[in-house]
Amino acid sequence: MSTGVAKEKSMIIQKEMIAQLSKELSMAKDTGKKVVYTFVPGNISELILSFDMLPVYPEINALQSGMRKKSEGFIRGAEKHGHSEDVCTYVKCDVGMMLAGNIGPNGETVPPPDLLLLSYTGCFTFMKWFETLERLYPGVPVALLHTPYQEAGHITPEMTAYMVKQLKEEVIPKMEKVSGKKYDEEKLKMHLRNSSKVEESIIKIFDSTKNRPSPIDAYFAGVYYIGPINNGFRGTSEAVDYYDELYKEIMVRVQKGLGPITPEGEIEEERFRLVVEGPPNWTHFREFWKLFYDMGAVIVASSYTKVGGVYDMGFRVNPDKPLESLAEYCMNCYTNLNLNQRVDLLSNCITKFHADGFLVNSIKSCNSFSAGQLMIMQQLERKLEIPVGFIESDLVDPRYFSYSNIKNRLESFFQMLEQRKLMVK
Amino acid sequence: MDTPDVIIRKCEELAFDLNFTRAKEWKAQDASRVLVGNMPIYFPRELVHAANGLCVGILGGGDKKLIIKGDAYYQSYICHMPRSIVELVLDGHFEGFDGFIFPSICDVIRNLSGMFQLMGKGTFVKYLDYPQNFSASVSEDFYINELQYVLDQIYAINKVEVTAERLKNSIQLYNKNRSLITELYDIRQQFPWRLTAADVYHIVRAGYVIPVEEHNEILEAMIQHIQVDRGKPVDKIKVMVMGAFCEQPPVGLIKTIEMAGCYIIEDDFLLGARWVQGDIETTSGNPMHDLCMAYLEKSTFSSSVYDVNNPKENRLMELIKKRKVDGIIFAAPSFCDPALLDHPILQKACNDHHVRFISFLYSENTGQFKVIKEQVGTFSDSIKLWDEPVVINNL
Ligand code: SF4
Ligand code: SF4
Repeated sequence: MSTGVAKEKSMIIQKEMIAQLSKELSMAKDTGKKVVYTFVPGNISELILSFDMLPVYPEINALQSGMRKKSEGFIRGAEKHGHSEDVCTYVKCDVGMMLAGNIGPNGETVPPPDLLLLSYTGCFTFMKWFETLERLYPGVPVALLHTPYQEAGHITPEMTAYMVKQLKEEVIPKMEKVSGKKYDEEKLKMHLRNSSKVEESIIKIFDSTKNRPSPIDAYFAGVYYIGPINNGFRGTSEAVDYYDELYKEIMVRVQKGLGPITPEGEIEEERFRLVVEGPPNWTHFREFWKLFYDMGAVIVASSYTKVGGVYDMGFRVNPDKPLESLAEYCMNCYTNLNLNQRVDLLSNCITKFHADGFLVNSIKSCNSFSAGQLMIMQQLERKLEIPVGFIESDLVDPRYFSYSNIKNRLESFFQMLEQRKLMVK
Repeated sequence: MDTPDVIIRKCEELAFDLNFTRAKEWKAQDASRVLVGNMPIYFPRELVHAANGLCVGILGGGDKKLIIKGDAYYQSYICHMPRSIVELVLDGHFEGFDGFIFPSICDVIRNLSGMFQLMGKGTFVKYLDYPQNFSASVSEDFYINELQYVLDQIYAINKVEVTAERLKNSIQLYNKNRSLITELYDIRQQFPWRLTAADVYHIVRAGYVIPVEEHNEILEAMIQHIQVDRGKPVDKIKVMVMGAFCEQPPVGLIKTIEMAGCYIIEDDFLLGARWVQGDIETTSGNPMHDLCMAYLEKSTFSSSVYDVNNPKENRLMELIKKRKVDGIIFAAPSFCDPALLDHPILQKACNDHHVRFISFLYSENTGQFKVIKEQVGTFSDSIKLWDEPVVINNL
């Protein structure tokens, strides 16, 4: 492991972007900008931005609270308020934060919503979450955008038509009312043009793991790379610039034959290439990551970086069909894919990026990901004869992160991979 | 006519026949008949009936099926029912079923539909995405298309054309079924000692696995029996049990609640059979539209339905008022996100309206009820001894 972690330009740009958004949010009351709460999957920021409103993503607040060790208190607060121990901890973290004054993870007050945009995409709990928020913010309008599930493994014209109707009859009228602005299709198209450029860049960025060594880690670092597009910048020119810059940096790494950057410097020897299914644990993110990079394990693809949109199966937004595009984007998010599609997608990643193993990080409180994961694992093992590993943790509840358990399981998994390599040799 | 005890015994056997013998016999009588398994909560069974099919409710193995293989498919923090369903699949209980329907009630059921697809079960597997937007102009076409898909799948198997007349006839049979079940509950509200909650449970659940015509006969006979008094009134409080709409509580739990000093007057155990409130209209000449409107306008409230325009806590309070119960028991399956995420909302409404409640978790194979019995007993005693009757105003 090389020491010395110089910040790359893209990291600085991202930091500035996020800081700017939080500043705008903290000043929303003074500037009169309207605030829309919504979710990362089915994140139709382009439409929100076309009304000059600001998006807030409760999931991102929750995960950042997890990273800053604030989530446990929030979760306990929600449990005191009657929430069960057994449910999604993102919801509890968010509710707890709100009950504690809605001070965001960065110390700034998160403004209350003017609109709750319930983009119900790929996770049933989203609906329950906003039913809860709706009662915590009485009188705030809710715009529902129900995204049909790709149960048959494809999108039908009826599914798209249903979503477009909802956009026209439910979402846009509510946005017009809240923002006091008329729907401006040209502006929406302009944002979508940006998204389409970003989608191209994202594909190229995550495709770079084809190289040996892989220049990036597509899970632990990947979650930072998808930060801007998932956290308020979908459809912006800033996002286009950020992803251009990031791609350039990655190409330099490829030319120099460099491995991924970690919090402790570069991985010098890539020993194992993995595909990971499931979200990461946020409360012990660094320790969790370290368990991998200390062993020279690099994640070459992960399903989690596709929660906010899957672009490697051919989908791109089409600015000429703006509402249809928003609909199809939502329907193409990872957790909106059926299990067959998930198996195919992961299987392609394993093959395309020459992974040595497949690992599931199963999240205790996330049924959307976890239910069926063991079967996905069995299918991949059978289909590709690839070593599979399984660990468990939670997103933001530190009570369910057992370092020693995870370490033991990972050690056995890495041993298995090592033996396999020797056998192949 | 059979005696009440004979009917109840028969229903108990039917309700827990995990080999679905009666349904399979029914199918064997005619080559164009199909069996369609449906998961909780609601599916318009009329549709399958009109296509010469029988919907068979799949409610898990309860405490009647030992889990050996199912645990390998689910992590410990996922509710119990899907693993018993997988066990039933692997042990061949659904042989002879033509298709499976998974209503969109939660991500576990959703992903279970994918597991059925991967296991290649049935000729078709349909995750039925119920619209969560209840405006007909937005959702009617989409929902009708979802229902039509099911009809097309069945047609591909048996070539039975579903005419408007056939569908109307099926709707009327299920209207009758719903109204008989309502009558059963209404009588029980007044005279809860005439049938136990477990009896009602068995009678309603039997309707999940036999043709509706046969179930209507059972209900009619039973209703006739309980028009006259049987059993003896006991000094118990009247309660509603909420949260058990999917994974079913073991019957032992239902019995325990009644033995611990409560009459269960209202519940959501087999909510699918009572989902549509009142009759489905059949006068429009377009029964698909009628079915669709029934879902959009006459659905009961539930944790699986988005309720922004019709808050569930208000509907719960209305139900309490209607059923005149003394309190609520929130009984939810462990790890059931939809039911548990509703608890703070519903319990706040209870507090605001001074409705007494208790809450506990169960699993379909829970075998020990001692703690629950004590909890319910204390609840019942405290209401009997201290409480004023519930009065709900200002909804
Ligand atoms: S259940 Fe999973 S996908 Fe859904 S909100 Fe919670 S963490 Fe997100
Ligand atoms: S018990 Fe709850 S979580 Fe489990 S399948 Fe049923 S609704 Fe879903």
